[in-house]
Amino acid sequence: MSKASSGTLYRGHEGMWSWVGHRVTGVVIFLFLLVHVLDTSLVRVSPGAYDAVMSTYKNPLMALGETALVAAIVFHAFNGLRLILVDFWKSGTKYHRQMLWGVLALWVITMVAFSIRHLSIAFGGH
Amino acid sequence: MSADIAAPRSQRLDPKYVRARKSRGSFEMIAWLFMRLSGVALIVLIFGHLFANLMLGEGITGIDFGFVAGKWADPVWMFWDLAMLWLAMLHGTNGVRTIINDYAEKPATRVWLKGILYVATIVIVVLGTLVIFTFDPCIPGSTLSVCQ
Repeated sequence: MSKASSGTLYRGHEGMWSWVGHRVTGVVIFLFLLVHVLDTSLVRVSPGAYDAVMSTYKNPLMALGETALVAAIVFHAFNGLRLILVDFWKSGTKYHRQMLWGVLALWVITMVAFSIRHLSIAFGGH
Repeated sequence: MSADIAAPRSQRLDPKYVRARKSRGSFEMIAWLFMRLSGVALIVLIFGHLFANLMLGEGITGIDFGFVAGKWADPVWMFWDLAMLWLAMLHGTNGVRTIINDYAEKPATRVWLKGILYVATIVIVVLGTLVIFTFDPCIPGSTLSVCQ
């Protein structure tokens, strides 16, 4: 890290990385949303067209992609609640780091539970 | 002999330096507030959507045309999906608008990128809304119970 970028409260620390994570996950979720509305719209074309596209989502490899997508959504959701607390709670800026660790802990717990259920279904083990 | 020097910031600024001139009213504040309010609503809507579709029953293996028909036979799920579509698209569009404003520096680039974004948003929101309201589960020869 260059000398000019060291010693700030923000750069390279929790505040910056949570902001980067929020942006990246937000863009990924938005791009999937566009695709997801289009694939769901196939119910208006024919049942066969819809079922054919849905079958691609049931591929085990796609299940890993779906798990990654849900991981992005869950991080964006919990970090979004943290941002609201930073903005509206009077001690929010003081505890924003601790809240980020809380976000990551809840994210891991949620993703472990989701992954067990979703991957066992997708890989045919249920 | 004393020179007459006006006090600083005494309304003698060249108009191009007056920052308030470009004010867009309260639009940005409303957009900021909307991100927080829609965000909270979207957590409920999307977590409910994921739980009902991927965690309950057969999970993703149970999703097909009949599954959608079963859900949209219930007006609660129609309204749920409609609210999710509109709030998620507006929330995402405003987020991408912010990113374009941050990274696209040339005015022409900003206009083009935001133009493409807004056209995509309108197309997706209109398409999704029409699909929810014009959905017909009863194709010829349907064996679905709602069509008997």
